[in-house]
Amino acid sequence: MSSKRRLALGGVRVIDLSQVFAGPYATKLLADMGAEVIRIECAARSGRGGSLPRMKPGGDFGASFPGGDTGEHSYNRFAYYNEVNRNKYAITIDLSKPRGVDVFKRLVTISDVVVENFSPRVMHNFGLDYAVLKDINPKIIMISISAYGQDGPYRDCVSYGEGIEAMSGLSKLTAYPDGAPLKPGVAYADAAAGLHAAFAIMAALRYRQNKGVGQYIDLSMREALTPLLGEACMDYQMNHRPVRPIGNQHPKIAPHGCYRAKGNDKWIAIAIESDGEWQALREAMGDTTWSRDGKFDTNDGRLAHRDELDELIGNWTSACDNIELAEILQSHGIKAGAVLDAAELVNDPHLKERGFFTEIEHPEAGKHILPGISWKMSHTHGRIERPAPCFGEHNRYVLGELLGMSEADIEELAQAGVTAEAPLPYTDI
Amino acid sequence: MAEGALSGLTVLDLSENISGPYCTKLLADYGATVIKIEKPIIGDDSRHASNLDQFCRGEPACSPTSGRHTGLPLRDTLNNPDIEKNGLFLLLNTSKKSITLNIDDKSGRDIFKRLVKHADIIVENFKPGTMKNLGIDYAALAKLKSGIIMASISYFGQTGPHRDWNGCDLVAQAMGGLMRLTGDPDREPLKLPLSQAEYQAGLNAAVAILCAVFYRDATGEGQYIDVSVQEAVASILEGAVSTYSYSGTVLNRTGARHRSKCPAALMKAKNGYVHMESSAYWDHFATMVEAPQLLQPHLASILRYRHTNEVEADIRPWVESRTADEIFETGQQWRMPVAKVMGVEELDVDPQYESRKYFQEIDHLPAGTIKYPGAPFKMSETPADINRVPLLGEHNDEIYIDTLKLSRDEMGKLRERNVI
Repeated sequence: MSSKRRLALGGVRVIDLSQVFAGPYATKLLADMGAEVIRIECAARSGRGGSLPRMKPGGDFGASFPGGDTGEHSYNRFAYYNEVNRNKYAITIDLSKPRGVDVFKRLVTISDVVVENFSPRVMHNFGLDYAVLKDINPKIIMISISAYGQDGPYRDCVSYGEGIEAMSGLSKLTAYPDGAPLKPGVAYADAAAGLHAAFAIMAALRYRQNKGVGQYIDLSMREALTPLLGEACMDYQMNHRPVRPIGNQHPKIAPHGCYRAKGNDKWIAIAIESDGEWQALREAMGDTTWSRDGKFDTNDGRLAHRDELDELIGNWTSACDNIELAEILQSHGIKAGAVLDAAELVNDPHLKERGFFTEIEHPEAGKHILPGISWKMSHTHGRIERPAPCFGEHNRYVLGELLGMSEADIEELAQAGVTAEAPLPYTDI
Repeated sequence: MAEGALSGLTVLDLSENISGPYCTKLLADYGATVIKIEKPIIGDDSRHASNLDQFCRGEPACSPTSGRHTGLPLRDTLNNPDIEKNGLFLLLNTSKKSITLNIDDKSGRDIFKRLVKHADIIVENFKPGTMKNLGIDYAALAKLKSGIIMASISYFGQTGPHRDWNGCDLVAQAMGGLMRLTGDPDREPLKLPLSQAEYQAGLNAAVAILCAVFYRDATGEGQYIDVSVQEAVASILEGAVSTYSYSGTVLNRTGARHRSKCPAALMKAKNGYVHMESSAYWDHFATMVEAPQLLQPHLASILRYRHTNEVEADIRPWVESRTADEIFETGQQWRMPVAKVMGVEELDVDPQYESRKYFQEIDHLPAGTIKYPGAPFKMSETPADINRVPLLGEHNDEIYIDTLKLSRDEMGKLRERNVI
């Protein structure tokens, strides 16, 4: 445990085989709280967007790289990877080679948790399923995050988060009123799986702390997303009628929506829950003639004339600055907020004062802002003390210091291609 | 009952609606004893409210969401038959115990303080300052019970200039940066359905609480946890913040398409919609969708995203002439990450959920037997144990008489004054 700072998960070691977002999001939460998370990567599947050839700055893929430039080592400069993998360590091991599997097993003996999100047959094919790991370390906790779970007819079906959002009912409800299904703007199924996975790991760690035994956790992304849509599931179970998408509307209160503000693609969200709040909104709008129309006085009336009301409110908001207007409406006691884009979000004075965002210097990507720790704890707040690791950055630390391998052994692993210098480059470009 | 992962932990749950209750549902389903403290007569607001129209079985819907201090008028709720069968409440309060207690009343707070001595964890989601005004904030409670862990969930957190702002799911999705990223680029931003911001906050609180429990078990020290719904949302923006910081790019909405992969889009099939996406084997994909033109050099490249319209146009005839089921089946035979857009009404008869016994039938007298969404993950040693929700105040006798040793006489007096 760090001598300088108290950390909730100091002394917990996590081996992280996971890729992209669900698993890495889970291990991010643990790493922020002080766990030592060691990512296992390999040249063929780095989870870092591969190794891109150097592109013209500002050209293809530029948005995701510092200054729009993929640079010499795109895999160390990829924004998505660097955001979610801060605080972690990274080594390279090729698990398709027997010697890679041996190194991995040695790591299991000195670790507490193994996280993986391969397709269900992969760990078995490596000879690394839970039964094997448990023999090596009976206290190990292993979590497998998969699309559909470790058994059942869809076990071997292939899916990323977007497929899970479709198959769970989320995409169908992510739509304008009665509109076509749309994609959530973030990897929502992955976030839901990652948070539930972190909870599962912590529950298993707590049980192990008391009983001394590890266990295996089978998390299906689809099953972890479903409870978050449970309200609609319950409605169907109770009333046997399809649930329709309603966009930004609320079925029982109006106005409730997203209104245009001044400027390009600027918007404000407003929710009016009671007649009192409606009166407050009228006042904020300057008590205009149209708003005095008695048909808007009651919630029932506002619901009946929702479309007309939305248009009239939109006419008013479209002349206002979204952030200023939110301040004004909130000062009238109204639930309102600017629809913040990333630039507005990092400049939000409230989040700034709470210290939500963190700036961190990465040796190959430079100094950048990241979303900080997801919650605040009074005694063990956690810390962001290191940037995302470069590819293979901690091979020496993990193989040498933690596993006690000699310099010659480490060199031999590199020669044998068990460890790697860089992810494989793309061939289809 | 088999021992759960969280058995032995006692949670006092003052929270209402969605965020706090989802957090404590997770704790309860995995073994913690969760004592839900509800307002006398009215109960948790989610016994009355929901996102959906006419939610309660049979009877018409109750009133919309109401804040703690603007609770429903008693006369409307005294004879309300629905408080035991609101679907939202049923979903979020499995495996808990319910007691009624008016903590706005001094003697109610005294009882609450006595309960704290039996608890490990306290969860609340009132407006910031409420607990302090009642004299039961973390500082006060930590003196009553060493090692106590308290989690507060609020829309904007316990500090900062917007601390006292009014929030709701819509506002939190807007101010958390999620809404701006969802929807058609030429229409208004779109919120995710069914209070997702609230669930995110509940999940964050649940993970944070277990981190605090782990630390307490090692050191004996409790602590206070401040969860902001806005920050919970701003934490899951994938690369949106770093992308802005790295290159100055403000990501926009992309409708039915994935932001960077191509093809990866929801497309209209012969019936319904499907998610179309290719594996790393582009030649297999081109063969599957019977579109050899996809093998032209400018498309058989990771730079094909420059030509997304062309790629989708090449795929469309194949997609439009097949049903969603056919596409899912064929796609999976080719090991492509394709999926069909399903409605929640199709889930409980889906063979995968059925095979894994995911939906769980729970019999609850007022509402009848209903299939509930099941455990979000399966633990080999300590599986979830999901039990029916409590009736309002169902566990008053158990908690007040058996645990706190109140006399029947004392109970009667408190009841008369609506404290219980």
